[in-house]
Amino acid sequence: MGKVFRFHKDVDTDQIIASQYLLYPTVEEMKEHTFESLDSEFAKKVQKGDVVVAHENFGCGSSREQAPAVLKALGVKAVIAGSFARIFYRNAINIGLLVIINKELYYEVQSGDTVDVDLEKGLIITEKGSYPLAKLPKKMQEIMDMGGLIAALNKEA
Amino acid sequence: MGHTLVEKILGRKLNREVRPGDMLTLPVDWCMVDDIMAPFAIEKFYEMGFTKLYDPDKVVFIYDHFLPTTRVEDVRQIKEADAFAKEQGIRHIHRTDGICHQLMVEKGYIKPGDIAFGTDSHTVTYGAMGAFSTGIGYTEMAAILGTGETWVKVPASIKVVIDGTLPENVTSKDVILKIIGDLSACGATYESMEFTGSAMEEMSIASRMTMANMVVEAGAKCGLFYPDEKTASYCGIETKEMLEALQPDEDATYEKELHYKAMDFVPVVACPSLVDQIKPVNEVKGTKVDQVFLGSCTNGRLEDLQMAAQILKGKKIAPYLKFIVTPASQKIYREALKDDTLEILSDAGAIITTPGCGLCCGRGGGILSDGEVVLATNNRNFLGRMGSSQSQIYLASPKTAAATALAGVITEP
Repeated sequence: MGKVFRFHKDVDTDQIIASQYLLYPTVEEMKEHTFESLDSEFAKKVQKGDVVVAHENFGCGSSREQAPAVLKALGVKAVIAGSFARIFYRNAINIGLLVIINKELYYEVQSGDTVDVDLEKGLIITEKGSYPLAKLPKKMQEIMDMGGLIAALNKEA
Repeated sequence: MGHTLVEKILGRKLNREVRPGDMLTLPVDWCMVDDIMAPFAIEKFYEMGFTKLYDPDKVVFIYDHFLPTTRVEDVRQIKEADAFAKEQGIRHIHRTDGICHQLMVEKGYIKPGDIAFGTDSHTVTYGAMGAFSTGIGYTEMAAILGTGETWVKVPASIKVVIDGTLPENVTSKDVILKIIGDLSACGATYESMEFTGSAMEEMSIASRMTMANMVVEAGAKCGLFYPDEKTASYCGIETKEMLEALQPDEDATYEKELHYKAMDFVPVVACPSLVDQIKPVNEVKGTKVDQVFLGSCTNGRLEDLQMAAQILKGKKIAPYLKFIVTPASQKIYREALKDDTLEILSDAGAIITTPGCGLCCGRGGGILSDGEVVLATNNRNFLGRMGSSQSQIYLASPKTAAATALAGVITEP
């Protein structure tokens, strides 16, 4: 179970992690500045298992993998959005951050609500009800199952 | 049933027919790695257990975001990239030559039909040459550096047809902004955009690059122009084979078609802070600006500087205004020096900076502070993109930029 952090439409990669922080040598140092321009307390409030819920086109903009990486480093269990920008989506899968396309949830929950993503049952469970998880394409599911592209390539080798 | 251009390009690589939705494992012709992402890609490359690049001659390292460095920490990134390039025998390395996307085309790396990936979302620029190119993250780049291939889902296509002649005060920047406004910031997500029609055929390679550069702002995977004689002469390659192999079929299937008359376009701006919030310049005219920026991989080419110089020749920019001009490459810088473009801009009061990404990514000279307003020719007006998150960014063409620099308020050229 985790708490919902709900964001609007077209959340761009600069809002997730601004470019002035990209020169920090590690994602651990960058993560304190996640969503800084939208919610300066986010990095302090978010806890392991929490879920980011957003409207359409989450992660639009730059190819910076640091965007999904800081969310994963902060312990965000999943990002659930109406749709994702393609580079963010691909990067998230490559690093093993759970990204779920769901068009209803944004309208059903508020920040602070409790939500759970049950992968075994294939359900997103909220206080109001549950929603089935859409299936990933086979190639992506394989990468996710192995915990990301690094693990997947190490396994192949 | 026929094929779109993206299906032709991808299918040609694998010598088979491909259709939208097919998952392909593609050999990669070019890997472009910029200075921001190089240290991260290198770290992941070793984490994956690789020791040698699949092919060092397919890798291009370009330092552009951090040069000239503005913080002592930046130097670390460059040093790490340099050490890796030396160790791995990377010959294609550009330390001070300009912005990555300009160089990939200008230096002749990209040819029509090529498959290119870069660690920057504006890698889509090479679609202007009829190449498939798109941005990826550093982990994925590390995997390609080690294996020489990656997986791609064949995208569906959106065809944009523009016929006729554009009005004198309209540039390709106005055209792509209008299209993004019509599609929305996610209207082309996962898709390939194809640009055709007599107005597109008329366009220079530089103008086509401006449009291809910005397709990612509508979410597109790539944005393609059909290679023609102009492309062939730019690349110095034989026209015939390419013309035949890299044209879509007449009966290709498109997810969507947009048709425009070139004469209907007007100068437009993208208003703060969304790239798809497009308005005619006339609707926001008179808005006071503190700064005008002419440059970037979108609009830092010679023709862009020349357009501005034509408007500013013999005139002075508005008092209290900062007008920053950044040529996209050293080659462009030198050409603009030779034909007096830089002298005209400098006489008008421009601050001319060294080629690079600098200001566009909020790093270099001219970053904005709270409450400032900028009219800029780059590709993103995201909150805080060019400095403070309390500043406002309007995106526009080089002509609108020059007219605005002259007046100190947003002005139609």
